[in-house]
Amino acid sequence: MGKKIRVLVGKPGLDGHDRGAKVVAAALRDAGMEVIYTGLHQTCESIVEAAVQEDVDVIGLSILSGAHMTIFSKVLNLLKKRHATQILVIGGGIIPLEDMKKLEKMGVGKLFGPGTPTTEIVDWINECAFAKTEQPKTKRVKAKKSRKIKVRRKRKK
Amino acid sequence: MIFLKKLLKGEKRTVAQTISVVENEGDTKILENIFKYTGKAYHIGITGPPGAGKSTLVNAIAKQLLEKNKKIGIIAVDPTSPFSGGALLGDRVRMTDLALKENVFIRSMASRGSLGGLAQKTKDVALVLDASGMDYILIETIGVGQVELDIAQVCDTTVVALVPESGDSIQAMKAGLLEIADVIVVNKGDREGCDSLIMELKFALDLRQQKAGWHYPIVKTIATEGVGIEELVATIQSHKEYLKRSGRFEKDRKEKLKLHIHELIEEKIKSHLKEFVIKDDELEKIINRVYERKLNPYHIADEITNKIFKVREDV
Ligand SMILES: Nc1nc2c(ncn2[C@@H]2O[C@H](COP(=O)(O)OP(=O)(O)OP(=O)(O)O)[C@@H](O)[C@H]2O)c(=O)[nH]1
Ligand SMILES: [Mg+2]
Repeated sequence: MGKKIRVLVGKPGLDGHDRGAKVVAAALRDAGMEVIYTGLHQTCESIVEAAVQEDVDVIGLSILSGAHMTIFSKVLNLLKKRHATQILVIGGGIIPLEDMKKLEKMGVGKLFGPGTPTTEIVDWINECAFAKTEQPKTKRVKAKKSRKIKVRRKRKK
Repeated sequence: MIFLKKLLKGEKRTVAQTISVVENEGDTKILENIFKYTGKAYHIGITGPPGAGKSTLVNAIAKQLLEKNKKIGIIAVDPTSPFSGGALLGDRVRMTDLALKENVFIRSMASRGSLGGLAQKTKDVALVLDASGMDYILIETIGVGQVELDIAQVCDTTVVALVPESGDSIQAMKAGLLEIADVIVVNKGDREGCDSLIMELKFALDLRQQKAGWHYPIVKTIATEGVGIEELVATIQSHKEYLKRSGRFEKDRKEKLKLHIHELIEEKIKSHLKEFVIKDDELEKIINRVYERKLNPYHIADEITNKIFKVREDV
């Protein structure tokens, strides 16, 4: 049967627009991924809890409220607490370039500005998950490590 | 084995990762190791047409059971797209009340091409949750139409949720939904048409032969407001008691185990068939001769089947 890439798409915070999140969720599904959609007004705690229970590879957050700095750092911290740092965190929304850089330094995998073609997001996730899924299944742990290294290299660029 | 200890204690990350292994890999080692710790959780299935309120009902039922200090595992199945192989799993949206409850574990599953309303591995995933110490396992099927009735093969109590919008009782009868139902819910009780649907259902159920001692109850609910849920949970509970009292619980479970073993054998034979018995080039040759009408498919099937069992004797 084989492994599918699992992505949690969530919408933390108070703003009520989830059009973007839904568009991305549909695009990821059309690219063959299993997308867990958690809906509007999620707390960071419930997003991380869902990500752990669903054993996702990627968390994608859509943030339009301007609270991106707090939300991302909270999510990353909670993941650390749950020993689930192998889960990649990515995001989209209106985020100033300066903040984007800070966030990527903090450990957010990648941020996509408004209007990013969904294919770009799909390609990015596929590339990051590539190392993991291509490895023989018995070497899962190693595969996860090599994926991490790959992501880190990307960040340095 | 630290891993097993953590799983049996219900450590959530371990449970989640075990489920992934079971869902993705053909390897049944883990299942063999945990099987002896399973069999304790009571399985409740929720099925019904798309949008009937299954997820909302699961959310409401779980909240009730939480008040009784029960541990609850939830498996929510949504369909895989036959075109992309991807899936949009959205049942969690209706279960946000449960998101942070210590005693609840929710897992979304894609059907991955399985046609019975569940995923092929749903039963195995339920075993993992069972071993992790759940008292109840709630399983939500995909929105069903007319053939997806696997749920009754997995659950002790099957709840069928209907709504006035989903058509009349004849449609529910055609779909076989009434045959697998132990408990029937008419949800969206705030909408028009509920009472006449209930009347029709009562009539339809009168036609159904009663299993000794169990009359098929119909519960009216408004899942979004929690109305009727207490009654629903009590009804499920009384079905459970009925099963235990009448000896059907054990009988049904044994029947299900038998079926499970049959399925596993079937699967093994299928993969064996693909791997060893018919090589592609060989089949190609045969097909050509069948196409020319020099051979016929019935004879070929016989011949190959005989060969399979010979192969099995050899090993
Ligand atoms: N008016 C009303 N709406 C309800 C009730 N129960 C559920 N709904 C709504 O019906 C819609 C579908 O509910 P879900 O719980 O997602 O239904 P479902 O059967 O799980 O749907 P699928 O999983 O997609 O097949 C949601 O908008 C719910 O809020 C109810 O009792 N009354
Ligand atoms: Mg649902």
